[in-house]
Amino acid sequence: MDVELRHIHKWFGAVHANDDISLRVRAGTIHGLLGENGAGKSTLAKILSGYITRDSGEIILDGRLVDIRTPTDAIRAGIGMLHQDPLDFPPLTVLENFMLGQAGRRLWLDQRGARRMLASLAERFHFMLNPEAHVSELTVGERQQLEMLRLLALGARVLILDEPTTGISAEQKTLLFAALRQLAEEGKAIIFVSHKLEDIEALCDEVTVLRHGRVVGTVALPCPAEKLVAMMFGKVLAEPSKPHTTQDDIAFELHDAVIRTELFDLHIAHLAVHRGEVIGLAGLEGSGQQAFLAACAGVERLARGTLRINGQDMTHRPYRDYLAAGVCYVPADRLRDGLIPGLTIREHVALRAPRGFFVDRTYTQQLAEAAIRTFNIRGTPESRVEQLSGGNQQRTQLALMPSPLSVLFMEHPTRGLDIESTLWVWQQLIARCQQGTAIVFASSDLDEVLRYSDRVLVFSGGRVSPPLSTTALTVDQLGHMIGGKF
Amino acid sequence: MSSEQILIVLATAIASATPLVFAVIGETISERAGVINLSAEGTIMFCAMVGFAAALATGSVWLGFIAAAVVGALIALIVAFNAITLRQSQIAVGFVLALLFSDLSSFLGVPIVRIPGPTVPAFPLPLLSELPIVGRLLFSSDVVVYASYVLIVLTWVFFYRTRAGLTLRAIGEQPNAAFARGADVVRLRYLYTLIGGALMGIAGAAFSLDFKAGWSFRHTGGYGWIALAIVIFGGWNPLRAAFGAYLFGVLQSLASVAQDQFQGVPTQVLNVAPFALMIVFLVFTSAGWLDRLLMHAPAKVRRRVLQALHTAPPAALGKPFVQD
Amino acid sequence: MAVASAPQAHPLAAAYRLVAVVAALVLLMGLVLLVGESPTAVFSALIGGAFGTADQIGRVVNTLTVLLLCSAGLVFTFNAGLYNLGVEGQVTMGAIATTFTLRLLGDVLPAPLAIALSIAAGALGGVGWGLLAGVLKVYGRVSEIFAGLGLNFIAQGAAIYLVFGPWKRPGVASTSGTEPFGEHLWLGTFGRTEATPVGVALALASLLFTIVVMQRTYFGLRLRAVGHNPRAADILGVSSSRHLLGAFALCGVLAGVGGALQVVGNYHRLIPTISGGLGFLGLLVVMLAGFNALFVLPIAFFFSALNVGSLQLPLVLQRVDSSLSGVIQGVLVLAALIGRGLAQRRAGGTA
Repeated sequence: MDVELRHIHKWFGAVHANDDISLRVRAGTIHGLLGENGAGKSTLAKILSGYITRDSGEIILDGRLVDIRTPTDAIRAGIGMLHQDPLDFPPLTVLENFMLGQAGRRLWLDQRGARRMLASLAERFHFMLNPEAHVSELTVGERQQLEMLRLLALGARVLILDEPTTGISAEQKTLLFAALRQLAEEGKAIIFVSHKLEDIEALCDEVTVLRHGRVVGTVALPCPAEKLVAMMFGKVLAEPSKPHTTQDDIAFELHDAVIRTELFDLHIAHLAVHRGEVIGLAGLEGSGQQAFLAACAGVERLARGTLRINGQDMTHRPYRDYLAAGVCYVPADRLRDGLIPGLTIREHVALRAPRGFFVDRTYTQQLAEAAIRTFNIRGTPESRVEQLSGGNQQRTQLALMPSPLSVLFMEHPTRGLDIESTLWVWQQLIARCQQGTAIVFASSDLDEVLRYSDRVLVFSGGRVSPPLSTTALTVDQLGHMIGGKF
Repeated sequence: MSSEQILIVLATAIASATPLVFAVIGETISERAGVINLSAEGTIMFCAMVGFAAALATGSVWLGFIAAAVVGALIALIVAFNAITLRQSQIAVGFVLALLFSDLSSFLGVPIVRIPGPTVPAFPLPLLSELPIVGRLLFSSDVVVYASYVLIVLTWVFFYRTRAGLTLRAIGEQPNAAFARGADVVRLRYLYTLIGGALMGIAGAAFSLDFKAGWSFRHTGGYGWIALAIVIFGGWNPLRAAFGAYLFGVLQSLASVAQDQFQGVPTQVLNVAPFALMIVFLVFTSAGWLDRLLMHAPAKVRRRVLQALHTAPPAALGKPFVQD
Repeated sequence: MAVASAPQAHPLAAAYRLVAVVAALVLLMGLVLLVGESPTAVFSALIGGAFGTADQIGRVVNTLTVLLLCSAGLVFTFNAGLYNLGVEGQVTMGAIATTFTLRLLGDVLPAPLAIALSIAAGALGGVGWGLLAGVLKVYGRVSEIFAGLGLNFIAQGAAIYLVFGPWKRPGVASTSGTEPFGEHLWLGTFGRTEATPVGVALALASLLFTIVVMQRTYFGLRLRAVGHNPRAADILGVSSSRHLLGAFALCGVLAGVGGALQVVGNYHRLIPTISGGLGFLGLLVVMLAGFNALFVLPIAFFFSALNVGSLQLPLVLQRVDSSLSGVIQGVLVLAALIGRGLAQRRAGGTA
């Protein structure tokens, strides 16, 4: 099916997320939608799939004007979307997920028919899915496969994939790309949303680049990478390269440790992190990185083994001792785990630096103002954190880090941030390293892991690799290790 | 206890549990859709009064049941409007309604306190009631009791065997994902909250028109709270919830037997005891302790056990649906 | 389950509140008309019942002291994100502990000392019952709503058992309670009313304490942090389990003292329904106050007057039951919740 979008506009409050976007996708092609975080790609994809409603503009399918306002409209028109965070039901089984939302007016669930259909579709694309398994036991890649089969079973002729290669293994990516090519050959239109150049280059026939909610241009592939980069960013930004900051003494050490997650036990024979060193944790999301960081930071307990901070045995000590030892944990989900919605910046700062019994308003006000200045937060001391943008929330989290800081454990330091905030965050982190802070961070962005880490731990299939120096590693090697080859 | 006594205990248990069955199934449906209707205590009490009054006025118990169901649904509408449309705390509004309608039942029910009125006629099922033991236990009562059996089975079939039931479970679990699949989350949540409320209303009428046959101040005191606890005890599964209701019925009927056995213990204590016991049950079967016990078990064993006893609440229970 | 956050300021918020209150009043008048009575007659009967005589005013004050203690305690648990429905049981346990102490020491020690000790025992009883719910919540992950309800049933069962069992009046056991204590074990009163200066002092001091702690101290700030997001609070170094237990304990202390006042100041004995529903009523007060301790006093005063005033209703007007006070309180809080919701929807709806 041919897809055409004309003059699409969408506002979120004062933000013009989609500003007069027009584009065409021909049936039988794979069309890339490229842009950095916040360029408006996901918004556009969600508009086409009816998940959010456009403010104005036209959607034309096979030359016919179609009004898509709800997911039901989109499904009926033959459009299916794979969301970045899988929109499925972890407690239900694969088969139940597959049946949920299927068309028809029958009263009963047709388990036998659905099982047959799932099996035949899975076979076509060489996917392996156990219909009785619970979705909570599946990897992100498998959940994506399931969702794709479901959309095809619904009769989707346009398939939108939003950042589908985040958090899946190299094998799953190969399988996914083969499936998408096969679908294009069958005459379906594929819209592939990504901020990763190499994925777009490897897969797409054409690419439309978005920046700040507008279309920069559409080009046929192949095309020189520099050109796409220039279109994406407008200017070429210099990435800060990480200077050598590793010192000799050890800041953090694990011996013979076992960390328990819901699904498996992680064993770490020995890990010693030096002052000023940066350790990156690579792997599919949910491979235990979060449990690892939480246990190392003292938020959760080690099931076994010993843990030392600056040479001091901290095993099974309460979390406040970790804080006193200069440990800081910065979680990924800022509003769920990191900050307290409902409280202001001033109150956050006060919580971190209590003095006496009564809260001194002028004193905490000064602290908050200083933090806002130093960390360039767009907000006032009385702004509640949920009113801040993602970037400013991350800046607030950084402002809450104590000083001095021995070891920083951080999840996804730059997730959801625009490129400038990303660079700024790493400047701050590198400055900390230069003061001797050891950093252990997890990221699903392999480039970020390779660029900023001195050594890398790979998490895969319930195991952790020994630390690997990044000087000899490439993205490809890392990708294969994440797939379980080590 | 002789077998005759056991039979009497069980028969009383079923009779006393029947109103509760309606209530726990109603609440289970509502909570599965993601809405806690904490007003159960007030809804049941008020609808017991309304059902009795309506039956008295019209002379028909069935109109009494219908009136109770409608009023129950209307109270649920307040919960739904607050929870779904206004996105306010479901606990707060439910609690206020529980107190408000308890008092309102007394305020409006003054004229009909302890006066005789119509009751559901006994109706032993032909043939079935003549079966040994089972016949006397299950099939020698009245239509309301039989309807409760049907409701349990139907609800289970609806949850796990129909497309609409699958969607119901989906909107309480991941409303955003259900929305992306074309489910009208807001409308369905309203619908199931109202159905749940109507069943609670019927529970109230089942007290005043059947089990307790009449109305007086705070006649159903405590049953609403216990119904809410039983829903959790039942792990949001209609069969297990119904089992919980019957278990409570057994506790109650044992308490009344115990009155003859332990003359020293005041009756009033035995009347409260089942409520306290039921909640103690709930506390000790809650997942929290289990997790702790299983802390040191190997990962595989832990996972199996937790899956087998999986009683996690619907993931979106109590949370408003905000389309992102 | 997090407690709803405080309402956002909005120009129309006040208007919505006003509309909500007016709607509530209209609804209430309708209900009164429905039972065949005139609203003005009911209104004057309520006023007369609450403030007609010094005696009645004294009773309002006594109800108010207990209600204030419960409400002040609930401000802590609400701000910690808890729906502490167990407050009823905490009042009851406080009353039981007080009765126990008075029975034990009342004739042994000088009366003032015995009374002081019995009030302290009430606080202990309340704190124990509160912490029990807290331990179930924090370490057993049992919802405080159901743990609280269960503990209420148990506390009520205990009170009933004692009144009808070991502590029953010589000869007859009845719902009128245990044998009243001698007058020397009653709290002193203002003149010939029932109002007790000690009770008033305790209640006002507790409320002041609550206001200062919540608005001025780091402990109050930490409680709010835990209430809004326990997980993030933990990570930021504010132990959610300790603060939750702290909130339960504080509420237990205050509710327990409330229970003690019911015994030494109001009933002078233990009765099965010793809490008089004032714990649940406290929940309504604090909800109507938007969890803000500053608004607790006027609301609690109004509710106490309603409670006392409505007792006269059935005597004056045959068709009106005393449960009208509960209906009025419920309708007002419901209207406030809906009004707040509408205002918030209006404020956030256009974004």
